[in-house]
Amino acid sequence: MDVRLSPEQQALRDSAAHIVDRLAPKAVGQIGDLERMARLDAAVAGSGWRELRTETEGGGCLATGVEPAIVAEELGRGLADVSFLGPTLATELRRLAGAEPGDTVETVALDTALSSLARAVNGESPPAVAIDAQGSARALLLVPDGERHRVAQVELHTPPIGLDLTRPSVILDSSSVVTPIDAAHPPITADDVTRWTALGLALTCADLVGTMRGAVELASDYASERQQYGVAIASFQAVQHMLADAFVAMEGSRSVTLHAAWAVDALPAGEALTAAAMAKAYCARAAINVCETAIQVHGGIGNTWECLAHIYLRRSLLSSDLLGNASASLSHVLVHHGLEVADGLR
Amino acid sequence: MDFGDSPEESEFRLRLRAWLVDNNPGLPTSSTDDEYWAGMAAWHRLLYDAGFFGMSWPTEIGGQGLSSVYEVIVDEELAAAGAPPRPSLGYLVQGILEHGSDDTKRRFLPGIVNGRDRWCQGFSEPDAGSDLASLRTRADRDGEDYVIAGQKVWTSYSDEAEWCLVLARTDHDVVKHRGISAFAVPMRQPGIEQRPLRMINGVTKEFGQVRFDGARVPARNMIGAPGEGWSLAMTVVSHEREPGELGYVARYSKLVNDLRRRVQKDPGDFGADQVRELGWAIVEVEMLRRHVQRRLSDRLNGISHGPEGSVDKLLMTWVEQAAGHAALAIGGMAHGGGDDTWLNAYLYSRAQSVMGGTSQIQRNLVARRILGLPTT
Repeated sequence: MDVRLSPEQQALRDSAAHIVDRLAPKAVGQIGDLERMARLDAAVAGSGWRELRTETEGGGCLATGVEPAIVAEELGRGLADVSFLGPTLATELRRLAGAEPGDTVETVALDTALSSLARAVNGESPPAVAIDAQGSARALLLVPDGERHRVAQVELHTPPIGLDLTRPSVILDSSSVVTPIDAAHPPITADDVTRWTALGLALTCADLVGTMRGAVELASDYASERQQYGVAIASFQAVQHMLADAFVAMEGSRSVTLHAAWAVDALPAGEALTAAAMAKAYCARAAINVCETAIQVHGGIGNTWECLAHIYLRRSLLSSDLLGNASASLSHVLVHHGLEVADGLR
Repeated sequence: MDFGDSPEESEFRLRLRAWLVDNNPGLPTSSTDDEYWAGMAAWHRLLYDAGFFGMSWPTEIGGQGLSSVYEVIVDEELAAAGAPPRPSLGYLVQGILEHGSDDTKRRFLPGIVNGRDRWCQGFSEPDAGSDLASLRTRADRDGEDYVIAGQKVWTSYSDEAEWCLVLARTDHDVVKHRGISAFAVPMRQPGIEQRPLRMINGVTKEFGQVRFDGARVPARNMIGAPGEGWSLAMTVVSHEREPGELGYVARYSKLVNDLRRRVQKDPGDFGADQVRELGWAIVEVEMLRRHVQRRLSDRLNGISHGPEGSVDKLLMTWVEQAAGHAALAIGGMAHGGGDDTWLNAYLYSRAQSVMGGTSQIQRNLVARRILGLPTT
């Protein structure tokens, strides 16, 4: 047991941090700056991070769950408006299906509650959402095949929208044409889908950890500059204690997330999913609190569009719902521990 | 990064697991009654004699000299077996290791580690709680001895202890942090009066207050140099705030496992809100287990005595109090009489945000020493 990042993992983190610090938006006004976004997208494309979960010649995977989690945390910290989670999960789905890597940037489609991969019905796409769809030409989804699933794709035509201004979605409807992808393997198993979900949850948690870290830094910097009563408001214990709690919640979230990211490949699929559900329940609850704290510390400014604090909140709101919210994750934990919930008042 | 066991760690884990089958003393839930505290001394010696205590401490003082992550393996296996946690005294060991001379380390540490000597910690005073540096207990030189006068409070296990690590003022002419020295004071002597304090859950074995009135301590029992007491105290409390040092993952795991079995026994007796309260406690304990694995792994780079302990302390407090709320939700308030174990576990959990430095103080330390926020 040694849960320190390896030198290679530290180098990956530093390289991701470097790109984020150079190219991610520093102000709300920079969101939607197409030239900057193109440079950020080119940097991420050139890094190969979206392909970390590609199959190697030996049949393994280029990276464990930890490496993409390291990237996701840095992207979340800097509010990077570039797709990563969606394309990484598309890469993973292709690998599980035994398909060749996609020839263009693609993401995945989830049901409209964002709780699981979308399932096509009778060759038609159900109402679904292609997440993290900036720059993606298509989205992958599942087609039921007996007890198993095949992987299919839909083309994306409409512009991305949504509450998270840095990771917008494309809404799909039943007019979307579902085309099976060529895949070497037989239909993917329930275990494959479970492991895919564990990866998705772990990366979502990592993004939440980064979002929390960025929100705490933003609010700490603001509180150290903003003066009232002739002193920086960061010198008041009432403010210090809010920021300290936020920082501590982020650190706890990181610990449980690192384990979930490691578990993706190291544990049996069911245990990997439970580790991910533990992390998601913890991180989703923590992140909303932390981002709300960031808004509160900014006072009136925090409630204006121009303040980055609500961009963090929006990013954490989307992440908190992705692949199962805190409540659904907690229910999974309870069932795993053999606890059935009896409904109703007693 | 690897959360899994190496072959050596796995072998150790299985050996401990096998040993626990025959050696679990089956004490009641920790912190809820006096029987537990009374049984801890024997448990300490049993663990030590079998080679399962002080895993990461130097062999010269009776430790096992292994890497820090063996501590959390012990915690996990104690929890899985439903055994009591390991004795929580690593913070004393760390303080004396860091500040003691070769002589004091050799004289005092083996007895602490092997459990033959019981120790308590005389830091807080009635008028020096969070503001510990304003303490007024004094130690005055008299020949080869110091003579101690003053009062200490919240002194855990003061009635059981043979020794007390006492902070006392030895220099009244310097700023308050600089005039404090630390001593290993023998408790069984005239001039020391010890009185237990009853905690809100009824436990009397844990808390005490101690009055020193002419107690004597040899000058060579000073730990560290004259005036080094504050620095030693900060080392001690930084580790008193670490669940990895205290072994509390095992305590909390045992509590939530007991609660889970209670619900599974009569699932129809519990509503959704009660079970979800337990669910959150399970999630919190899992977080702390992973956090301790991370922090003990960080020690592979070398031990530090920094403000990170305050992060650990706040996380640990949230976990214990979440588990306390689950205990209250599942165990109820014993309105109709009967077992009040879980009510008492809840009541005891309120102390966690005070002992070892209040949550308010931990937040100050995180804000100022980690986030770098200004003071007025």
